[in-house]
Amino acid sequence: MRITVTVDGTEYSDDVEPRMLLVQYLRERLGKTGTVIGCDTSNCGACTVHLDGHSIKSCSVLAVQADGSEVTTIEGLARDGTLHPVQQAFHDNHALQCGFCTPGMIMQSVDLLADNPDPDEKAVREGLEGNLCRCTGYQNIVKAVRDAAHHMRPGAGPEAERVDERTPSHAAGGE
Amino acid sequence: MTATIEPEIGKARLRKEDARLITGRTRWTDNLTVPGMLHATILRSPMAHAKITSIDTTEAKKMRGVVAVYTAKDVDPESSIGMPCAWPITPDMKAPRRPMLAADTVNFAGEGVAVVIARSAAEARDAMEAIEVDYEDLPVVLDIEEALKDGADLVHPDLETNKNALWVFDSGEAGTGASVEDAIRDAEVTVTRRFRQQRLVPAFMEPRSVLVDPTSSQLTMWSATQVPHILRTMTALTLGIEEHKIRVIAPDVGGGFGGKIGVLPEELLTVTVARKLNKPVKWTETRSECMMTAHHGRDQIQDITITAKRDGTVTGLKVDLIADMGAYLGLVAPGVPILGAFMFNAIYKFPAYRFACTNVFTNKTITDAYRGAGRPEATFAIERIMDELAVELGMDPMELREKNWIKHEEFPFTTVCGLTYDSGNYEAATSKAMELFDYDGLRREQKERRDRNDPVQLGIGISTFTEMCGLAPSRVLGSLDYGAGGWEHGAIRMLPTGKVEVITGSSPHGQGHETAWSQIVADQLGVPFEDVEVLHGDTQSSHKGLDTYGSRSLAVGAIAVVKAAEKVIAKAKPIAAHMMEASEDDLEFANGKFTVRGTDKSTAIQDIALAVFAAHDLPDGVEPTLDSEAVYDPENFSFPHGTHLAAVDVDTETGRVTLRKYVCVDDIGVVVNPLIADGQVHGGLAQGIAQALYEEAVYDESGTLQSGTFADYLLPSAADLPSFTTDRTETPSTTNPLGVKGVGEAGTIASTPAVVNAVVDAVRHFGVNDIEMPTTPMRVWTAINGGPSDAGGLGSESGGGLGSIDVPGGQQ
Repeated sequence: MRITVTVDGTEYSDDVEPRMLLVQYLRERLGKTGTVIGCDTSNCGACTVHLDGHSIKSCSVLAVQADGSEVTTIEGLARDGTLHPVQQAFHDNHALQCGFCTPGMIMQSVDLLADNPDPDEKAVREGLEGNLCRCTGYQNIVKAVRDAAHHMRPGAGPEAERVDERTPSHAAGGE
Repeated sequence: MTATIEPEIGKARLRKEDARLITGRTRWTDNLTVPGMLHATILRSPMAHAKITSIDTTEAKKMRGVVAVYTAKDVDPESSIGMPCAWPITPDMKAPRRPMLAADTVNFAGEGVAVVIARSAAEARDAMEAIEVDYEDLPVVLDIEEALKDGADLVHPDLETNKNALWVFDSGEAGTGASVEDAIRDAEVTVTRRFRQQRLVPAFMEPRSVLVDPTSSQLTMWSATQVPHILRTMTALTLGIEEHKIRVIAPDVGGGFGGKIGVLPEELLTVTVARKLNKPVKWTETRSECMMTAHHGRDQIQDITITAKRDGTVTGLKVDLIADMGAYLGLVAPGVPILGAFMFNAIYKFPAYRFACTNVFTNKTITDAYRGAGRPEATFAIERIMDELAVELGMDPMELREKNWIKHEEFPFTTVCGLTYDSGNYEAATSKAMELFDYDGLRREQKERRDRNDPVQLGIGISTFTEMCGLAPSRVLGSLDYGAGGWEHGAIRMLPTGKVEVITGSSPHGQGHETAWSQIVADQLGVPFEDVEVLHGDTQSSHKGLDTYGSRSLAVGAIAVVKAAEKVIAKAKPIAAHMMEASEDDLEFANGKFTVRGTDKSTAIQDIALAVFAAHDLPDGVEPTLDSEAVYDPENFSFPHGTHLAAVDVDTETGRVTLRKYVCVDDIGVVVNPLIADGQVHGGLAQGIAQALYEEAVYDESGTLQSGTFADYLLPSAADLPSFTTDRTETPSTTNPLGVKGVGEAGTIASTPAVVNAVVDAVRHFGVNDIEMPTTPMRVWTAINGGPSDAGGLGSESGGGLGSIDVPGGQQ
């Protein structure tokens, strides 16, 4: 079947097998390997992307279902060389170690913040329940999402998104 | 060029690694393609133990896109290739051959029986389903106690036993302590318990993947591995390929936790088929394949006897383990429980100790190293039984520990195992943890809630732990019959423009070596943090190494880099003296500069690097290079320690456990990067807590893994864990120049007993003295309502009861 999909701002038109998953299309056909596959039961969320502005697990969507839609992956999140505030917050808060879950975790966090611009800790933890991480124990991911929320608040312009002045202060380790 | 003045060590530097990882510019093995690349998939046995009576690949070979279908007779016609086991723990150890593909018999569900190579992974998978295999059932061996009995069914009949080896340490015989039998005979108090270490799945997030390109002058293997250097040597030895004709690259590797230290049948199979076809071939597993075939961890039965005087002074410890190896031996599997042999005595001054471990074969997935590898099991048993002893004596569990632990003024302290703990301060870590936790306040609340029969009971759990890290002094490994040394390699290249390349043999997979090593080298050479690039994980650039496991990277790998930096400075010194027309004796090196004592003359290390590059005017006989390398073999292990405290709410009506508060104070020596260290602790805690509360690999009676997907195996999500309070004390290690100890495994080792102690503490007044892990609502409820012997009784669902060792009523 022929599909036309806009991925990270570029329109692609391809013939795909009906059974091809969106994540396979992204990785194998478009070379968008920033989005990864971590499981085969849609539990881990590593393959999370945005389909028409909402997070989906791209292992649970067929490529043909994305026909006519707009897909954003981790590779399309930064604009003009400037990281998205959520990407920046993951870096600033050491919210990743091996980084394999990170693309999905960031895409889900962006979606979470769109629904709830100021989530408390519980809301972040529940909002990320469908994304597994084996390295971080989630503590710094939760912190990063709340930090990003702070920087994305209405009125917090691009200046505020640059967090140069803020050096991590967890030197003593206490959280 | 400004030299760094403020030390880099201790700074919470943000990671250099992050830039590519947060933008999707990653190089996971499965992301890679090379021209002409084919895809392999492996057909796996659904049977745990069976004879293969026939395999028909005729239809599969005809299918679209299929290039080849191979079985064992194609890839290993002589039936001579077996995966390496590098740790023969006893001279008479039984070691079955572990083939790349099963030929006549399958020994666990998931073992490979055929490989399909096709133009795409999808076509390979389609063809796989067209392969016909007929099996004839053999008796399935699952229960490790039954497996040891006379007349038991055998996993490998040719071995004539299911016993892999018996390994014993006895302090009386070794001369490091007294006889434990005497201690038991003379004991005023004896407590005996059986604990179960359930089987766990390491569950790194990136499934394993290997890509082999045989078409270049060196066969190149990219693999999602923790051990590229070991893999290279073992591939050469196992397949008979000359080592210098193999290049191994571990590109970005998505977690390991011990789960990626193997030398895999899949890796060597991919090498073999790629060479047969003379084409690049990639194999990437599915998660279900990973759960079923990548090695598991833990899986022991622990029989523990502790003896003490009435006043609480411990007098002896006797440990009898049975450890499940699974169907074959993993790379270091037989030695994993043995790593625990030296840790059961923990931080306590036992005068007598005996450890005996029997390793057993079953028709299950192999076990091997998983975060902590032997030490979490040991720590769990000792910390659990210290609580049981405290109850027996009517003492506060912390008071009992304090009475018996090594006091800070007693270091260095040689233990009943003969290890010398170089440093530590258990008092300092404990007092800090108790204060942060509000131990006394929580004990008061516990009493108050118990008095009013609150349906939700509070439990408090303690774990005061140590671990042996920095694997390892080579001579110690030699004495334990390990097949390699424990050194690590580091090198420094000074580039003409003054920039620095650091090469490390310790190949990271999420730990942040690039950042931490940059900080260390910036301090050593006095160059900016940003001017350092760390190279690793490719045997062409990093030709020598023993890789990453056992919390060794910092305590061994980084020390090699420090030693290389010292050589750079030593090489630069005569050149600096020549450049400044001064005597070497008058030179001092600090902050990246040589200065001439008593003058204002100075020359920077970068200027010397340029002068060496030009080599126009060097002193006579001086080699024109500053580049240096070093191999560091540690003189001792390092011994991080800490005090971990957990508070849980247990709903006695439903059995649900909620981890309410977790405080840990770790002493990991000097901290290079507190941000990274905290991250390691957080992740370690999550894994240890998950063992206590959530995770278990469950087999049914036919040997099928029931928890074979992330839908069935309860990997905790963000919603399942609290925020942790982490803090530190700092007692430097005295056996390495940085004073570092290692942090990768601490959280996992310490947290499991803290949480289980808390759960048991919450319901002890119901007559409960143990609950098997994971302490699921069903098990907790059953324990409350049926007493201890019913906890963990029969059930069939994951985490519900049957248990990883499949012992009906296996708890008692």
